[in-house]
Amino acid sequence: MRADLAIIADLINPGARVLDLGCGEGELLAHLQNTKQVNGYGLEIDGDKITTCINKGVNVIEQDLDQGLGNFASNSFDMVVMTETLQSVKAPDRMLDDMLRIGEECIVTFPNFGNWRCRVHIALRGKMPVAQHLPYSWYDTPNIHLCTFRDFERLCREKGVRIIERFVADSKHLNRPLMNVFPNFFGAIAFYRLGSRSG
Amino acid sequence: MHGCQRMSDLSRADSVGLVIPEVYRHEAPFALQCGVTLESFELVYETYGELNDQASNAVLVCHALSGHHHAAGFHEVSESRPGWWDNCIGPGKPIDTRQFYVVSLNNLGGCHGSTGPCSINPRTGSAFGPDFPLVTVSDWVRSQTLLADDLGIRQFAAIIGGSLGGMQAMQWAIDFPDRLHAAVLIACASKLSAQNIAFNEIARQAILTDAEFHDGKYREQGTNPDIGLMLARMLGHVTYLSDDGMRQKFGRQLKSGDLSLGQDVEFQVESYLNHQGRSFSKQFDANTYLLMTRALDYFDPARVYQDDLVLALSNALCKFFVISFTTDWRFSVERSKEIVDALVKARKDVASTVIESDHGHDSFLLPIPRYFEVLSAYMGQLHHEIGDAR
Repeated sequence: MRADLAIIADLINPGARVLDLGCGEGELLAHLQNTKQVNGYGLEIDGDKITTCINKGVNVIEQDLDQGLGNFASNSFDMVVMTETLQSVKAPDRMLDDMLRIGEECIVTFPNFGNWRCRVHIALRGKMPVAQHLPYSWYDTPNIHLCTFRDFERLCREKGVRIIERFVADSKHLNRPLMNVFPNFFGAIAFYRLGSRSG
Repeated sequence: MHGCQRMSDLSRADSVGLVIPEVYRHEAPFALQCGVTLESFELVYETYGELNDQASNAVLVCHALSGHHHAAGFHEVSESRPGWWDNCIGPGKPIDTRQFYVVSLNNLGGCHGSTGPCSINPRTGSAFGPDFPLVTVSDWVRSQTLLADDLGIRQFAAIIGGSLGGMQAMQWAIDFPDRLHAAVLIACASKLSAQNIAFNEIARQAILTDAEFHDGKYREQGTNPDIGLMLARMLGHVTYLSDDGMRQKFGRQLKSGDLSLGQDVEFQVESYLNHQGRSFSKQFDANTYLLMTRALDYFDPARVYQDDLVLALSNALCKFFVISFTTDWRFSVERSKEIVDALVKARKDVASTVIESDHGHDSFLLPIPRYFEVLSAYMGQLHHEIGDAR
């Protein structure tokens, strides 16, 4: 299993109701269904990935995240997960609102545009960064809303979103000591566990 | 030449080949939802593939408005076309008869061999005609459970249907939750919209106002409301296709070289609809058409659950697969989404996909690659779940 998904799976309780936004090939949900008996659903738009999910017996629902999540009732899930997708939706701020409306908690992961490699690309080369955790060129990237950890945390503060937990890793999803000291400089990918302000 | 063509179709490795319809006879009274009791009834059905020892690999295929039991294969070597869903049922096809035992029947009230308006009423000794009682989707499903009992099938691996067929699968899930492992709802809806009922009513009026209808006793008069049936079918056909699909298929092509600016059939689309309408009026019984469209209109499983579809579906124990088609405006993608949303709220296992297609509601009968790929994947996973107990 992908290292990032293993980290997320650890954060989910057995029997939980899980909504995975942009579930890809259903790896996380298949794992959670088999090991933690979760009641999980994944939203996906790519036909081939949907077929792969079906081959795994995953509850995959074809739905475009940019059309909103209005069809999901408030407080209807224990955990809403979004891995490496927040940066590619049209309105990440509204998406975050919706996720916290639907789920008691959320897990969000995204690539850090403040990582030192990105900074070096722009500062020294004057070019948009292409790195292991950001492999696209500026013209074909699905990542239309890149941000740094600091940007994201500021958005959470403005929205009153509670950051319950944060885990910073490199592009191979490993945590190295320096990342905990200077996360926004050395971290490539972050995992945030979030809750509503009321919680 | 045509015969040779048939022979080669028949012997193709992915054809179920020659099939012989069978008849299930229910000899006890059967009370219908409308309050009328049938003293007995018959259902004509076909099966493809073999039931395994555990009887766990049965698949029930439910037909739509004008369908019947002959879903796959050929009745005889000279038959010009195979069953209506032959592209989907057979060895190596999405509903793989090497893995599944497929049951396909003609519903109660039908006109292809099951007890219906054309059958003899034992109380009068003559055909039921317009006196055949109203049947509902629930009645169909209950009659199907009796056929399943007779075949030794306790639980279907899947119950599959498009359009009105999907509605039967949904009703099964609600009324007999422990008797199916999966329900596959294709181009379906949890109830008809006002627009849908309106189309059905126009079709019915075409039949009812045909001078040859004779209050449904056309047989006694030695006649048939051909024009009414033809118009009903022509209207139906337009609503089963999409604007784009019709443009692609017919455009403004003319039957002959140039416009004659007369009143006769000029455009290919007219010729096509006339042909479809005429051949339908020769094959289909008008009273059955009225009855089937009524069953469609009345279908609304949530009604007895305080109009709450979530509550209705909360009884279900099976998993669901919901498929819809982009240009289907008769049973639109939105209607399927309503079902999916209700299933998620009811905490049921559900997968769903939306297939890109230009062919409107008719898409569910067509071998669209993406559609068949994903249906094959689902059926393959089901086969894995029930275990190959052969």
